[in-house]
Amino acid sequence: MKSRTIKVDYLARVEGEGALYVKIKNTTVVDVKLKIFEPPRFFEAFLRGRAFTEAPDITARICGICPIAYQMSAVHAMEDALGVVVDGQLRALRRLIYCGEWIESHSLHVYMLHAPDFLGYESAIHMARDYPEIVQRGLQLKKVGNEIVTHLGGREIHPINVRVGGFYKVPTKQELKPLAERLKWARNAAFETVRWTATLPFPEFEQDYEFVALQHPEEYPFNEGRLVSNKGLDIAIRNYDDYFVEEHVPHSNALHSVLKEQGSDNLTGRPYLVGPLARYNLNFHRLSPLAQDAARSAGLSPVCRNPFQSIIVRSVEILYACDEALRIIQEYEPPEKPAVEVQPRAATGYGCTEAPRGILYHRYRIDDDGTILDAKIVPPTSQNQKIIERDLYQFVSKNIELPKQKLTQQCEQTIRNYDPCISCATHFLKLNIEQE
Amino acid sequence: MTRKRKPKLAVWKFASCDGCQLSLLDCEDELLTVADEVEIAYFLEASRAVVKGPYDLSLVEGSITTPLDIRRIQQVRQASKFLVTIGACATAGGIQALRNFKDINEFISVVYARPEYIETLDKSTPIANHVFVDFELRGCPINKKQLVEVISAFLQERKPNTPAHSVCIECKLRGTVCVMVAHGTPCLGPITHTGCGAICPAYYRGCYGCFGPMETPNTASLSAWWSRLGAKEQDILRVFRGFNAYAEAFRKESEVHEK
Ligand code: SF4
Ligand code: SF4
Ligand code: SF4
Repeated sequence: MKSRTIKVDYLARVEGEGALYVKIKNTTVVDVKLKIFEPPRFFEAFLRGRAFTEAPDITARICGICPIAYQMSAVHAMEDALGVVVDGQLRALRRLIYCGEWIESHSLHVYMLHAPDFLGYESAIHMARDYPEIVQRGLQLKKVGNEIVTHLGGREIHPINVRVGGFYKVPTKQELKPLAERLKWARNAAFETVRWTATLPFPEFEQDYEFVALQHPEEYPFNEGRLVSNKGLDIAIRNYDDYFVEEHVPHSNALHSVLKEQGSDNLTGRPYLVGPLARYNLNFHRLSPLAQDAARSAGLSPVCRNPFQSIIVRSVEILYACDEALRIIQEYEPPEKPAVEVQPRAATGYGCTEAPRGILYHRYRIDDDGTILDAKIVPPTSQNQKIIERDLYQFVSKNIELPKQKLTQQCEQTIRNYDPCISCATHFLKLNIEQE
Repeated sequence: MTRKRKPKLAVWKFASCDGCQLSLLDCEDELLTVADEVEIAYFLEASRAVVKGPYDLSLVEGSITTPLDIRRIQQVRQASKFLVTIGACATAGGIQALRNFKDINEFISVVYARPEYIETLDKSTPIANHVFVDFELRGCPINKKQLVEVISAFLQERKPNTPAHSVCIECKLRGTVCVMVAHGTPCLGPITHTGCGAICPAYYRGCYGCFGPMETPNTASLSAWWSRLGAKEQDILRVFRGFNAYAEAFRKESEVHEK
């Protein structure tokens, strides 16, 4: 009997710290573990007792890569609790700042973290020696995303301008103008990115996934919509807890989220996939015409089931975000007030938005004074963990004859397909479920 | 400048959000230049290539929260000639230091159904509580321009130019109208360490102290001002219990306002 293990003690080019463990006996995979040993930071615990107004600043600190996602989910959940609707230009500005985060985060992943895998480099810095223009293009594209976030938010990491009800300060028309010029460049660069990523070598690996994403009647989803899947899920955000459940497994500091089998409290629910691939497959028809064309001309069909091709899908989303940001800036008229009045009241609020890596769910219960009594946060990486493990299982089973080094590298790549943010995934507590 | 070999740079992570190390990747215009000047020997967020130590410059992000991390930071110290901590997590224990004010056992059992799967310390502590630190860079997150300044200073073997005065001075330098004087908005600027560029007042909000205490802050006087502006005791407590809650000056002041 021949037994092999693949171990990667520290996964590189992911956000946060994780490890991979695959055990193979003869020609069968017997165990796969994506280990997340990033220490827990207890956010949900110490949100208790804080003011509702603090949630966007505090939860931003869960993740430096996607602070806007945390701020957006937090403000929407609070506004849901307080019965406040933020619309018109304030709503548009929220979409704009989210476009900035998508551009920044996706460009970081596409160029700096994921592309080196396809071309056989250890990092983008190594890749820059042979492909200086391409790495430069990625960096400049990322910079445009950061410029949007900085413009609206004050700085690129943990912006200070987002609040429940809107913003502290809104820009003038004039102030947004220079961004439009930069975005026109970025839109072309994003188009080139789609064409370039489509030429990368992709392993054949089509899987049958349950994709879960927001769906909005008119727009490609950012902040609002219903939660839908390609296998029949169609619910309002506030019903999230009835359909999804998290379990605490011994090998990970991050919870595993699954879809409950309806009518049973069985914990072996269905794994599902969130993120760009899910959004794209469920909302292709809501992409801008330019983004749709780019996808088609790159040979990407409206249904994509190969997770390695998520790099093309991300590039399509960068293009969409550039397009959408330009549209918002062109139609922008400064709102009369930077924020809608909010008054605390005892209530529970629910929010879910599309972080670059997928849906990010927040739920808060607050009292009359607006003090947070209870918080629940489910980040995208918790939701994708089970699928990542399943992909690894399938991928290794299919490629078991590869030499160990190559197989290890491709396993890492399989994980990086999900752009997992391990910092996010570990800060989530409130584990009600036991698994034995 | 000619060198025998490029200095080796390492970036380490403890309990954190990755934001401070991301600041290096956010130096879109400088990143490749920096990569020309130093050998990026260990930086897992960016590269799977790992070069063996010792390292000339180690940047450390995050706070110490597990028994294993106590050992790991000692190894990092041993392997590093120069050790710089980056951000509020590494310099003050970060937002996760809010646990330090609670009973951790109760805390864990409130939160975790399976506490036995979790290994954690009852306190989140700054790196300097465990090993000698050569230089501390403040902020949650750090300012990337200051990061580039720290790296350049290291390469040129000089002291980094990162002033230690309050955010107020930065406010004056950029010509921002004081939100406390003009609008009666409570602001932590008078006692907060400079470095951010006084962003919040420029966006019409008060500073919430993400760069931590300045040198010799008069926290009691500022708290009195906040009260006069209508802040309740628990508001004052909360603002000091933020991203730098375990920094000594903020911790002490917060304790004054605890019921
Ligand atoms: S100091 Fe703030 S930005 Fe830096 S790692 Fe800690 S939480 Fe993130
Ligand atoms: S706004 Fe705040 S930081 Fe600026 S001068 Fe006034 S008190 Fe100081
Ligand atoms: S909270 Fe204070 S230190 Fe932090 S960015 Fe705002 S003004 Fe600067």
